[in-house]
Amino acid sequence: MSARTARLLGPQRRNLWFWVFVGPFAVGLGLFTYVPLLWSVYLSFFNAHNTVNPTEFVGLGNYTAMLGDDAFLGSLGTFLLFTAFIVPATFALSLSLALMVNRLRFAQAFFRSVFFLPTACSYVVASLIWKLSLFNGVRFGLANTVLGWFGLDQTAWLSTTSPPWYWLVIVTVRLWLQAGFYMILFLAGLQRISPQLYEAAAMDGARPGWQVFRHITFPQLRATSVAVLLLLVINAFQAFDEFYNLLSDARGYPPYARPPLVYLYYTALGRDQNLGLGSAGAVILALIIAVATVVQARWFGLGRKED
Amino acid sequence: MTVIGRRRLLAAMGGLTLATACGSNTGRGGSGSGPALAQWYHQYGEPGTQQAVKRYAAAYKKADVTVQWRPGDYDRQTAAALLTDSGPDVFEVNGPLLDQIQSGQVADLTDLVAPVKDDFNQAVLAPKIWQDKIWGIPQAVDTQLLYYRKSLLKDAGVQPPQSVDALVDAAKKLTTGKVKGLFLGNDGGVGVLGGTPLFAAGLSLITEDGKAGFDDPAAARVLAKIRQLYVDKSLLLGAPTDWSDPAAFVQGLTAMQWSGLWALPQIAKALGDDFGVLPFPKDGAGGKPTVPVGAYAAAVSGRSKQTAAAKEFVKWLWIDRTDFQQDFALSYGFHIPARISLAKKARQLRQGPAADAVRFATEHGYAEPLLWTSADRNAYQDALSRIIKDGANPETELRAVLRKVDAELQRVKKK
Repeated sequence: MSARTARLLGPQRRNLWFWVFVGPFAVGLGLFTYVPLLWSVYLSFFNAHNTVNPTEFVGLGNYTAMLGDDAFLGSLGTFLLFTAFIVPATFALSLSLALMVNRLRFAQAFFRSVFFLPTACSYVVASLIWKLSLFNGVRFGLANTVLGWFGLDQTAWLSTTSPPWYWLVIVTVRLWLQAGFYMILFLAGLQRISPQLYEAAAMDGARPGWQVFRHITFPQLRATSVAVLLLLVINAFQAFDEFYNLLSDARGYPPYARPPLVYLYYTALGRDQNLGLGSAGAVILALIIAVATVVQARWFGLGRKED
Repeated sequence: MTVIGRRRLLAAMGGLTLATACGSNTGRGGSGSGPALAQWYHQYGEPGTQQAVKRYAAAYKKADVTVQWRPGDYDRQTAAALLTDSGPDVFEVNGPLLDQIQSGQVADLTDLVAPVKDDFNQAVLAPKIWQDKIWGIPQAVDTQLLYYRKSLLKDAGVQPPQSVDALVDAAKKLTTGKVKGLFLGNDGGVGVLGGTPLFAAGLSLITEDGKAGFDDPAAARVLAKIRQLYVDKSLLLGAPTDWSDPAAFVQGLTAMQWSGLWALPQIAKALGDDFGVLPFPKDGAGGKPTVPVGAYAAAVSGRSKQTAAAKEFVKWLWIDRTDFQQDFALSYGFHIPARISLAKKARQLRQGPAADAVRFATEHGYAEPLLWTSADRNAYQDALSRIIKDGANPETELRAVLRKVDAELQRVKKK
């Protein structure tokens, strides 16, 4: 074996085995993620109707069309509204659940599992249960049955825009699905807080409850909170499953609760098959997510060394 | 005991991977003779249809036709498959759309259809024609109708509505604490109505000379009446199944429902003769009763490597074998054969509400024109949603749609 080959193979052929195990996944990642991604960026500068091959160079035409499209801008508005609902709601609920479960003296594992279990449920299945059983608009839907007990009229939860009850359905299904996961993150954070801090606070006369939470627990959860917030915002941007399954039908999708991914799905993969325009929208969306994440991370000082 | 070394294990895994990759199923390669053809259908709900289309394919001796029955979002599946070489040779299509024709995804079938062109329902054949060439063969016609429950109308002293005003009035009178007057789908009619109210007002989506057909005050007027149905709380919303399923109607959740012809046998079974059918009623002096008609078409992929064999097969199945066409339309589900001569012969379509439906489809049928693109449909549907649910001004909304339609017409005509 030449010295060069030996160097390439590494000591104990570690380099060889590294590539044997990592190589196939790296090739898959490149082939199925990065190549389509770069192709999509390339395609966004071309007209491409019903084809993944560029047909006519349009420069920034697709970008200006997308940014001038009221429906796309409206979908960004939907996302902002959804984020405004879901991020604080999930944050508060999962933190509350974590605090409650953390204080339990018995059956902690049981309650931890109970709250975490919905995470294992598919968004599609949960959405269909919400749509068909809990929040359907007829008299035998669960929510309408409860309203009926109080003598109230039945409500078409997903079909009325004023008041916009569909937000209640969309937000609750996601809360049910994801709060347990973030509760686990907060629980891990809570269990990392040193008991001596609480003891010292008690010695200094801090009242248990709100005062301890505000001055000890919450500041100590700073790193976890920042990570949770980042994940929540990114997940909100990627919202698709519950929106699509709750609100779409065979003929289309209503404009009032259409997040960007649903809009791009219809543009690029729907009957439109406008892959150039869809690619431009995807690039715009990816840039917005990237910028929002970086700004948010800097704002909260993610990764900065603790003082 | 044989010890498997690392090298042998890796070699075996590599071989397995290759074997798996080579075995990818494109749907081609049945057991018959002749060239191999892959034929795709969307999943029909009616039991027996899949077996029937496989039987038709097996009866064809000049090619080895393999049927793929595709559940799920068929339109998107075919749209994606047609971008590649591994798509079908022959497929049914909800169209074909103008963009599909212009990008060469479907083959020209003019010479196959020409000898019997006049025997097809002209309303459904027209959207399959572009620049005097025929790009798909209509298989079976579907239409939508207004079903009404005779006993409920009688109890409320309401006549079957013959105008949109009468429809609004009837729906209001028929609405009680437990029963709603009318079901147009869980979105209040946004998805299913499409151009129907415009046609009922004597207008169209695209005129015959290729311009937007609803630049007229009558369009805003009729859409405002649909909004009135919503405001009156006469519409059933949020039913467990949507407009295409007659469940809400037969369960007594609504007195009237807009649904498809396919629902007729189920309704007749549940309600006997306690129901009737109507077209969407006319609006205004220039209006006319109207029903939308449409047909899945048999098409040949523009990327098929067996174009000649595929064309020969679709001619055999959808032009020559009229017995199979009749069987396909009426033995499993309930559709009108696309050929007028076959529709006239069909025993099941000669009396009662079925005969009315055939008459409506022939006399009042309209199909979405080929120039009405997906972008137009999306813009119009969004506008309809804002008009019906949010009370947006119909004139302002329609003006925005007109701008979109003009831009789309320019785009497609440029090609």
